[in-house]
Amino acid sequence: MIEFERVSRSFTVGDQQVSALRDINLSITSGDYVSIMGPSGSGKSTLLNLIGLLDRPSSGTYTLDGSNVTALNDTQQARIRSRKIGFVFQSFHLVPRLSAAMNIELPLILAGIPVQERKERVQKLLENYGLTDRAHHRPDQLSGGQRQRVAIARATSMHPSVLLADEPTGNLDQTTGREVINLLEQLTEQNVTLILVTHDPALGERASRQLHMRDGEIIPNHR
Amino acid sequence: MLITDLIRLTSSSFLAYRMRSFLTGLGIAIGITAVILLTSIGEGLHQFVLSEFSQFGTNLIAIQPGKTQTQGGNVGIFGSVRTISIEDAQSLRLLPNVEYINPSITGNSEVRFEGKTRRTTTIGAGHDMTKVLSTRIKTGSFLPDDDPTQARALVVLGSKVRDELFAGVNPLGSYVRIGGQRYRVIGVMEPKGQMLGFDLDDTVFIPAARALELFNRPGLMEIQLSYKAGSDLNNVMSAITKRLIERHGREDFTLIPQEKALEVLSSVLNVITFAVGALGGISLLVGGVGILTIMTMAVSERTAEIGLLRALGAQERQVLLLFLGEAILLSASGGLAGLALGIGIAQALHGLFPALPVHTPWLFAILAELSAISIGLLAGVMPARRAARLDPVEALKTQ
Repeated sequence: MIEFERVSRSFTVGDQQVSALRDINLSITSGDYVSIMGPSGSGKSTLLNLIGLLDRPSSGTYTLDGSNVTALNDTQQARIRSRKIGFVFQSFHLVPRLSAAMNIELPLILAGIPVQERKERVQKLLENYGLTDRAHHRPDQLSGGQRQRVAIARATSMHPSVLLADEPTGNLDQTTGREVINLLEQLTEQNVTLILVTHDPALGERASRQLHMRDGEIIPNHR
Repeated sequence: MLITDLIRLTSSSFLAYRMRSFLTGLGIAIGITAVILLTSIGEGLHQFVLSEFSQFGTNLIAIQPGKTQTQGGNVGIFGSVRTISIEDAQSLRLLPNVEYINPSITGNSEVRFEGKTRRTTTIGAGHDMTKVLSTRIKTGSFLPDDDPTQARALVVLGSKVRDELFAGVNPLGSYVRIGGQRYRVIGVMEPKGQMLGFDLDDTVFIPAARALELFNRPGLMEIQLSYKAGSDLNNVMSAITKRLIERHGREDFTLIPQEKALEVLSSVLNVITFAVGALGGISLLVGGVGILTIMTMAVSERTAEIGLLRALGAQERQVLLLFLGEAILLSASGGLAGLALGIGIAQALHGLFPALPVHTPWLFAILAELSAISIGLLAGVMPARRAARLDPVEALKTQ
C-alpha cells in the first residue's frame, strides 16, 4: 500500500526554485499494476524515485504499508529499499565486471542473506528467467533482452512488494520489449505492485490503472 | 554484508582493472621495499655493533681516573687529577658482589725475539683479566696472581704476535725482549679477531705493575671490574664509589657500566634505524597518494554503479566499506609484495656482500605491513566518503 499525501518536490536550479512535483495525493493498493505516462519533465521519474525512497519529498507525507517512511534516516530507508522495493532501469544498470549470477546475487549480499539460501535463490531465479546457461557470462556477453532479464531477476531476488520500472523497454527492440513486459506483468499475479514509467501509450494502456502527468501534477480523469 | 562478500566484491574490481591495480600496488610495494631494506640494514648494523661491544660480557664496570660530567672523552689521562693505583684496584676486590677486577694500562712497545722485532699493543693486566673480559688462553697459562709490587717479568702473547715471532716454534719458556727487558713467555691467547678495525690478537700481555714502569706512568688507565650476574648494578656502583672516595678523599674517578653504555649505544642505533626507515616511509607516502588518485578516479568512473547499489538497498556505510576495502586491498597486497621484495633484496645483498650485516625482525615486517594498510585506509577514506554521500538519484543518471 503506497499513500502520498500532499507530496511536493522542488529543486533549486541556480537561484530559482523549480517544482518537479506539486501536491501529489496518491494511493496505490498492493498488487496494482500502475503505469505513469507523460512528457519529459512532467515529474514521472521524480515520482518514481520518491516511491523508491531514493529521494525525499520537500513536503508532504509518504506512507508505505501503513508506516510513515518520510522521516526515516538513510540507513532505515536503505533497509526498506532492500526488503520492499525492486528497481528495473532503462539502461539495465548491471555491474559490468560481475557475472550474471553475481549481479542477481548483489541485493542478497547487501542484505546479508546466508550463503546457502542465496545460492538457492539465485539458482531458481536463473532458471525462472531462462538464464541458467548464461549464469557465468558478464553483461557485455549478454544480449539486451538477457541483460534486462538479469536486471528483473535481480530486482525480484529479495521478493519485494513494489517493483519500479523506469522505461524498461526503452533500450530494447519491439519483440524483446514485449517479452520483458510479459515477465513484469507475470509478477503482478504474485501480488507485487508494479509501477511502470513509460512514454509508450500502447504499453501504458496495458496497466489496470493509468496515471497521466503534466508539470508535476497528476491529471485527474484523463480522457 | 558478510566479510567474505566484501572481499569477493572488492577483489572483483581489483581484478577488473588489473594493470591499474598492479601499478597502484607497485607504488606501495616500492615504499615498503625501501622501508624494509633500509631498516634491515640498520637493524643488522645495530646487532653487529652491539655484539662487538658485548663480546667481553655485559656485567662490566670500567673505572677511569678523572671525573667526567658528560658522555664526552675522558681528559683524566692527561689531566692533573689523582691517578688510580693498582692498590685501588686491589681494594675493590673484596667488595660485595664484585667477582673479578683487572687493572689495565695500554701502550705500544717493541717486542723482540731472536732478531725479529714487532711493534704491538702492550697491555698491562692483572691475573683475572681473562675472567673479567671473557677471553681464553690457548696454550700455557695467563699471568699469575703475583704480588703487584714484585711482579715477575712474564708475558702472554696474542695469537698474531705468536704467529709472527714464533712461526712453527713453541714459544712457551722462550724469552722475548719488551722495551729492553727480558720477559718469559708463559702463555698464548686464543685468537679473538678484530673489533671495529682493532686487531685484538696483535697484543702482548704483561703484569700491570711492569707496564706502569715500562710506559713510565704514574697510574692505571682503567680498572675493569666484573660483578655477579643478577646483582644490583647501582648497589655495586655505590659501593665502589664509596670505597674509592675513602681512599682518594674525593670523587676524582668515573664509573662506566657496560650495561648503561650499551643501552645508550643501542638507543642511538635505534634512532638511526628508525630515521632510515622514516626516509623509506616517504616513498610509502607517495604510494599512498597513488591510491588516493586511483580511488578518486574509481569513484567518479563508477558513480552510476554506486547509485545502483544504493537503489538495491546498500546503506551509506556499505558503500563506504566497499571503497575502503578496495583501497586497503590495493595497499595490503602492495605491502605484501614489498615485504617479499624488501626481504629478498636484503638477503641477496647479504649473499653478495657477506660483510654487510642484515637482519629483518618480524616486528618490522608486521609494522611495515600495518603501515601499508593504514596508508591505504587513510588514502581511501576521502574517496570512499564521497562515494557514500553521493545522491543516489544523481548518481543513477550518470552514464
